[in-house]
Amino acid sequence: MNRTLMTMAVLVFGAGTAAAEMIAPMDVVYDDGAVATSLTGGAPGDVDSGRKIMNKGAGNCIACHAVTDLKDLPFHGEIGPTLDGAADRWTEAELRGIVANAKMMFEGTMMPSFYKTDGFVRLGNAYTGKAHEGDVAPLLTAQEIEDVVAYLMTLKEE
Amino acid sequence: MNAAKKLASAIALAAVVATPALAGPDDDNLMINEELNMVTETAAPAHLQDAFDTIYSGWRFRTDETQALQIDDFENPAMIFVDQALEYFETVDGTEGKSCSSCHEDGPEQFAGLSATMPKVIGGKLTTMEDLLNAHRAKAMGAEPWKWSGPEMQAMVALIGLQSRGMPMNVAIDGEAAPFWEKGKEMYYTRYGQLELSCANCHEDSYGMMIRADHLSQGQINGFPTYRLKQAKLISKHNRFRGCIRDTRAHTFAEGSDEFRALELYVASRSNGLSVETPAVRQ
Ligand code: HEC
Ligand code: HEC
Repeated sequence: MNRTLMTMAVLVFGAGTAAAEMIAPMDVVYDDGAVATSLTGGAPGDVDSGRKIMNKGAGNCIACHAVTDLKDLPFHGEIGPTLDGAADRWTEAELRGIVANAKMMFEGTMMPSFYKTDGFVRLGNAYTGKAHEGDVAPLLTAQEIEDVVAYLMTLKEE
Repeated sequence: MNAAKKLASAIALAAVVATPALAGPDDDNLMINEELNMVTETAAPAHLQDAFDTIYSGWRFRTDETQALQIDDFENPAMIFVDQALEYFETVDGTEGKSCSSCHEDGPEQFAGLSATMPKVIGGKLTTMEDLLNAHRAKAMGAEPWKWSGPEMQAMVALIGLQSRGMPMNVAIDGEAAPFWEKGKEMYYTRYGQLELSCANCHEDSYGMMIRADHLSQGQINGFPTYRLKQAKLISKHNRFRGCIRDTRAHTFAEGSDEFRALELYVASRSNGLSVETPAVRQ
């Protein structure tokens, strides 16, 4: 979806609610890797949904990160640090920035950019191995990013 | 705290909290048929020393159960295909009424050492074992080419490779090979696809770690074609490359493409010094 379409969608579906505007991937503002404003324009993230996105098929975060709270799910990876206590180490804005585009916080990191739509080399059509055609959707939607951030904010140890 | 410091503390924490999983290669020694001792660990070739001190065979990252299938040829499921290839070697095919053995009377043993040096530049073209086989089929036998990752082709690549088993991988990267090698190296470090992952991200920066349920190796090709338990057949090098690039959500390259020939040369050069293990067994 291009920006105008996305804005229109927000205007149509968001009619009646506060003037919420979804932020498109190209328009996200990073400040030292952090993103201060909600990508959905205010609608709060859903912790349960975020918890599901951490798993295979959606965000697939546990392919690389271990999370004790998700120990009911098999096979946590070891590429990134464990996310236990992530909310003690980072603010909500920082976590939003890391999930949206971790390369802004950690230069050259292996972590994929979940809210980015350009700058790819040989972009494929999902996992088919074929070339991608048409508009590019980010790996996670604005709402999904907010859901994951809401979930990460529950990972406190202190 | 700045980002780097926070991360350092997160990693220190990870070391304490995370359940100690399989870290790095194991210490097992690969001896095949109780007589053939394989080098599964050796000093990295000079061109790789910025990245690694030591290179390891993928065998060292597999479970004991998978490893066991490679220590005795009677247990090795790939050997069925090697036997089939011996039959193809004797079978007449094509318009000239010839089999491989019409020309190669001493049998496949004649090719001892060849696979350890492949791919190589022949007549200005970077040539793989698959290319050699199809060229001979066409020229000497008048036979149709075999499909790159097809069962006949990979069985024959395995049979020829077996003749070099135990010899050190030793592909040339200088002279005429240099431009192909450079191209392959560039590919190895390119972050492809929507996940923006390079071969090096997984097989150089993260080998020994778990990515989901997979224990990452250095992605060496000294054992190819390998018998993959998951697919129950021989897997070609280019098929493995194709799969790894596809998994980055990228538009992958075709098997037998010039890109994959170059990548094969580069990846083979990262295995220089490891024993040829063909046909290896993997999960
Ligand atoms: C391919 C591997 C990979 C995937 C997939 C991945 N990450 Fe990461 N992540 C990393 C790495 C590596 C780091 C460490 C940063 C660096 O490179 O220095 C990291 C760092 C982080 C951090 C900061 C670490 C801390 O706790 O201090 C958070 C939070 C995080 N990731 C969340 C996520 C979430 C949420 C997802 C899924 C939506 C995800 N990651 C998917 C590899 C990954
Ligand atoms: C997202 C991670 C990832 C990326 C990127 C990746 N691979 Fe892999 N690769 C794997 C996994 C997982 C396996 C299976 C476990 C193993 O053998 O390391 C594997 C296996 C292999 C093997 C088989 C090793 C053996 O011993 O049988 C080779 C060869 C290989 N990869 C080469 C490559 C090359 C070349 C590239 C880049 C074009 C690449 N890989 C990119 C994850 C990756």
